[in-house]
Amino acid sequence: MAHQNDEKLKPGTWKEMGLTDEEFQKIVDILGREPNFVELGIFSVMWSEHCSYKTSRPVLNLFPTEGEHILQGPGENAGIVDIGDGQAVAFKMESHNHPSAIEPYQGAATGVGGILRDVFTMGARPIAVLNSLRFGSLESARTRYLFGGVVSGISGYGNCIGVPTVGGEVFFAPSYEENPLVNAMCVGLIDHQDIKKGVASGVGNPVMVVGARTGRDGIHGATFASEELSEESADKRPAVQVGDPFMEKLLLEACLEVIKSGCVVGIQDMGAAGLTSSSCEMASRAGTGIEMDLALVPRREKGMTPYELMLSESQERMLVVVKEGTEDTVKEIFTKWDLEAVVVGQVTDDGMLRLTEGEQVVAEMPAQALTDEAPVYQRPYSEPEYLSEARELSLVNVPQPDDNEKVLMDLLAAPNIASKEWVYRQYDHMVGTNTVVRPGSDGSVLRVKGTKKGIALSTDCNARYCYLNPYEGGKIAVAEAARNLVCSGAKPLAITNCLNFGNPEKPGVMWQFRQAVQGMSEACRQLNTPVTGGNVSFYNETRGTAVYPTPTVGMVGLIEDLDKRCTQDFKDAGDIILMVGETKVELGGSEYLSVVHGMEAKGTPPELDLELEQQVQQSVLEAIQKGLVKSAHDCSEGGLAVALAECCISGGIGAEIYSIESIRGDALLFSESQSRIAITTSENNVAELINYLTAAGVPFTRLGTVGGSNLKISLLDAGCATGRPRTVINLPVSEMENRWREAIACLMK
Amino acid sequence: MKFGVVVFPGSNCDADCFHAVQAATNEPVEYIWHKTDNLEGFDCIILPGGFSYGDYLRVGAIARFSPVMDAVINFAKGGGLVLGICNGFQVLLEAGLLPGAMRRNDNLQFICEDTFLKVENNGTPFTALCQENQVLKVPVAHGDGNYYCGEETLKELQQNNQVVFRYSDSTGEVTPKTNPNGSIDSIAGICNKEGNVLGMMPHPERCAEELLGNADGEIMFKSILATWQRRVR
Amino acid sequence: MYQAKIYITLRKSVLDPQGSAVTKSLHAMGYDNVNDVRVGRYLVVDVDTTDKEAAEKQVQDMCNKLLANPVIEDYTFELAEV
Repeated sequence: MAHQNDEKLKPGTWKEMGLTDEEFQKIVDILGREPNFVELGIFSVMWSEHCSYKTSRPVLNLFPTEGEHILQGPGENAGIVDIGDGQAVAFKMESHNHPSAIEPYQGAATGVGGILRDVFTMGARPIAVLNSLRFGSLESARTRYLFGGVVSGISGYGNCIGVPTVGGEVFFAPSYEENPLVNAMCVGLIDHQDIKKGVASGVGNPVMVVGARTGRDGIHGATFASEELSEESADKRPAVQVGDPFMEKLLLEACLEVIKSGCVVGIQDMGAAGLTSSSCEMASRAGTGIEMDLALVPRREKGMTPYELMLSESQERMLVVVKEGTEDTVKEIFTKWDLEAVVVGQVTDDGMLRLTEGEQVVAEMPAQALTDEAPVYQRPYSEPEYLSEARELSLVNVPQPDDNEKVLMDLLAAPNIASKEWVYRQYDHMVGTNTVVRPGSDGSVLRVKGTKKGIALSTDCNARYCYLNPYEGGKIAVAEAARNLVCSGAKPLAITNCLNFGNPEKPGVMWQFRQAVQGMSEACRQLNTPVTGGNVSFYNETRGTAVYPTPTVGMVGLIEDLDKRCTQDFKDAGDIILMVGETKVELGGSEYLSVVHGMEAKGTPPELDLELEQQVQQSVLEAIQKGLVKSAHDCSEGGLAVALAECCISGGIGAEIYSIESIRGDALLFSESQSRIAITTSENNVAELINYLTAAGVPFTRLGTVGGSNLKISLLDAGCATGRPRTVINLPVSEMENRWREAIACLMK
Repeated sequence: MKFGVVVFPGSNCDADCFHAVQAATNEPVEYIWHKTDNLEGFDCIILPGGFSYGDYLRVGAIARFSPVMDAVINFAKGGGLVLGICNGFQVLLEAGLLPGAMRRNDNLQFICEDTFLKVENNGTPFTALCQENQVLKVPVAHGDGNYYCGEETLKELQQNNQVVFRYSDSTGEVTPKTNPNGSIDSIAGICNKEGNVLGMMPHPERCAEELLGNADGEIMFKSILATWQRRVR
Repeated sequence: MYQAKIYITLRKSVLDPQGSAVTKSLHAMGYDNVNDVRVGRYLVVDVDTTDKEAAEKQVQDMCNKLLANPVIEDYTFELAEV
């Protein structure tokens, strides 16, 4: 075999590519010889943390991944969950943190582009995008630049391709100052028979590269020197890929059409590590080999080397294995959409990834070695030192505010609670005409045309809680995402996730990671929402300080009958307000402590009783389905007072609330105790609802009545409940709405 | 009656228009590929929203040179009904079927939200069922919806009653505050002199069903059908 | 071969929101003597011909028909042999 191996590797080249001496030796053992430069590059990228999950995999095995609705679990481009009638939902979430920190517009835009491809490569038509974003404080000019850039990048890409951005979350904390998090989730709709996977089956089947041409975008390790990389060529390499949403729109339509045509055997996005990962993963999954002539790959620039072609991360490309003899049909479809589709090789039976340039073999290695034989590391972990100090909180030293109205107004204007209209106004959230519940609610709801069904979506993670207790925080992220869906009348089905952490080589970070995954796993089991995939993003650090551990959850739920959906807004005067769940003195890690007392992420976060959580969710969902509930809203950041204010604002109507001051007043109003949902019902149904909740055995309290133009909250002395109520808040809804709606726009001016 | 929805590369409201026309009128609809040059058999052509050709040079500029556009121009000159929504409006401007041009929104951001439209002319085929001065709630979603034309053209538009929609508040009052994008004279939609070609930035196809929370847009598709039925009879 | 460098800007009479935003930022940065900024597009078009006059005529045509919109935009170009 004519290996292009005349240039001996310089000692240490593998180190510059991020491989250890042991890993290099393992490669030599697998090949039975030293790899050449191209092969080493391919191994280094496939064995990188990003592609191989070599650190996270042992921990990720804790996640429950099976369930009756799950059609596709982790390991494919996206997970798939059954929604009945032969239909299914494909969904996945992914991070684009580091590119977004360098170039926020393109970083975020290509993040959206990548996650869309993961979904339509399965054969699903994307119907919604959500984003979970984390930034530093909006007081900082740099944060405003990053925030503005990321939002317009998402808007620029998503709006152009015509997939609505229907929701998500934005959270600000100093911890993300230099290292913002940009997690994008895409959801697609598919008929069971159209599901396609990333497999290169059928020896002799042609392998095609379709979509955009390959350029020198984002090739890894652009900094290291070697004979093959001159200074001049390094100049040509942009560090961040540039997205082309128009190209992606054409690619989307062409791929879905070609999948419908029945010509496709397997298809995969060329994401990170482009041609390398797509080819060896497809071969490995099918237990086959792939042979490609790199000279045939359409390119944007002259003089590209095999190394560059294999490692380029140019966007908007796919690798497709088609049935032998259908090449022309496939080409015709792509030509119709003004796209190229070129046969570059074929499926073989020898399990090798063999790359040639014309006649000459430039690389040859077992495909499975690249995907399955990557090293696995059990990294050491231990509880980080910051915890004991951060958890220290004596409420005796936290004075109760004199003016609760000011506190509520300040909380409504705090960027973490304030309306995110400034953000979603820039996203086309209606294209597709499926958006039944728009952004700004607990969960977003999309209809499934031609059926009565609706799909409810939410993303969630309170990273302050995770910082203070990653185990509870992980549980809460899952539970709250599910609670959001329940509030819209949906049954939670499954989750995807994006686990954003610091450097896992630090035992403290590894401990956070393990704890968070354990907590999430437990909640997923209890709530019967398995994990269908996701992504891990480590090394989110600046100058040695990690961001808050941020295991973002993206959840999909099903509403069987959209006539029985529910929204958060208070509806009619005279409706009765109840709160399901219990409020405890749980101010640790709260927005209230941060905004009002300047104590960012202090104390112990709220605890989550998973059994209670499940009871609360189940009973509220059933009550909604019985038609007993007119509105439902999750109590989260800012506590009960903020939740009630939000119900008033979205409904454009006031409420009168009475509560017994059984715990300290600020906790009653602003504590972030879990498993609480504020619901309303009509006067006619209140008896039935109360009977139902009592029978279900869930704790609940009657809070008051909808009506008027103010939110009025009065407390009754616990020792003397018959005494005169003390009004602690009495604010016009319009005034609260103005503060809440304008806050972020004002900061961004 | 037969509707046609043109599909340019990059159109993304084509399916929405298709669905809304069907839901509102129950009449046949077909997609029209941008390479087609024959519009025989169609009674109303809709140019949908989206980012035709990525809107890379200038919104609507490249789509205007699609083969189908020559056919659309002839169709319009023969009195056929043409409705351009959002990017479709931009294409109509570039094609010269309607006067004026589009600039970036004055706040330089994409804007997606509900707006209120005052119906300034209910004599067009597209607004025939509207009451005089009726106010419709219709969402916008665009980055380049800031309508511009020279003074003389504006005068002409006003004199000929070609301004069909203005951005207003829910009571129909037109003020600078109700103008989301900086459009001259708060213009949201205009028609040609003959009234058979209408361009508008807001999306009636996005609010043609109660399930989506708003069915105000339905009346436009029903108006088109009613006009056609009157013509045929 | 000739190369045309084409500059397209909004006409003086047309408000340029991008230009205004840049002007404002420059003022905020202390460049008080900046009076006006116009943002435009810059295109480089290679025309395969040896006839300069023909190239000029073609470029003009392209600008009028596609590259610029005369309702709101002005254009200028430089032509050089390459």
